[in-house]
Amino acid sequence: MIIERTELLQVRNSNDIVRVRQLTREWSIAAGFSLVDQTKMVTAASELARNTLEHGGGGTAQVELLADTARRGLRLTCEDRGPGIPDIALALRDGYTSRNGLGLGLGGARRLVNEFSIDSRPGEGTRVTITRWR
Amino acid sequence: MERIPILKMGDFLLVTIQVDMHDQLALTLQEDLTDRISRTSARGVLIDISSLEVVDSFIGRMLANIAGMARVLDAVTVVVGMQPAVAITLVELGLSLPGVRTALNVERGMDLLRGAVEARTGWGSDDHRAD
Repeated sequence: MIIERTELLQVRNSNDIVRVRQLTREWSIAAGFSLVDQTKMVTAASELARNTLEHGGGGTAQVELLADTARRGLRLTCEDRGPGIPDIALALRDGYTSRNGLGLGLGGARRLVNEFSIDSRPGEGTRVTITRWR
Repeated sequence: MERIPILKMGDFLLVTIQVDMHDQLALTLQEDLTDRISRTSARGVLIDISSLEVVDSFIGRMLANIAGMARVLDAVTVVVGMQPAVAITLVELGLSLPGVRTALNVERGMDLLRGAVEARTGWGSDDHRAD
């Protein structure tokens, strides 16, 4: 697998979430995604970036355009140094929310992509990676 | 401060969301709309989201909040023009917009609003009340 392009965005305020959505949209188009797949990836990116801002107190979002032998894809990694998630299984459940969300952020984002991984340590931070392939 | 315009048309308020809203803009719209419903005694609110390419859980919650607040203020809300890709994504995300009425386009949305308001006020019904 080759990483064709990569860009690191800061997530410090709600305008940055818009920027993450825009870049994810641009690169989803570059990866050749259908409109529905673009929309799914952008929506998932929006959920993760908001989690980084709201729960992680801000952080970064790295967008990567991937090329496999036969397909292209997009990977997004959202990372923060916030309080971390004590119970990941619980956080992934629909309806769970630690703050004012609908509790759809993580579980919902996972359903919208092909690959999902999360690494979180209480007191250290959270890193969530999602990938969608064409 | 950046704001989304709210138009008044008779008893109804019309909002067309044409930008990718950041969260604060969405919250401002929520407050502005509630304020306008109260000041103008509007009976219905029509929100056109046909330009919106993404509705995430935050925007979804905002739409549900507006519908809820409007209901408390005796107004009906209809969200119109959702793009098919957005609808597919919303359902997969797990968001079904509870309490929010939807219509395919502005025309059908206006019909729905008129119908809902008439049903509430008894206009156009044959059974006139004796009082």
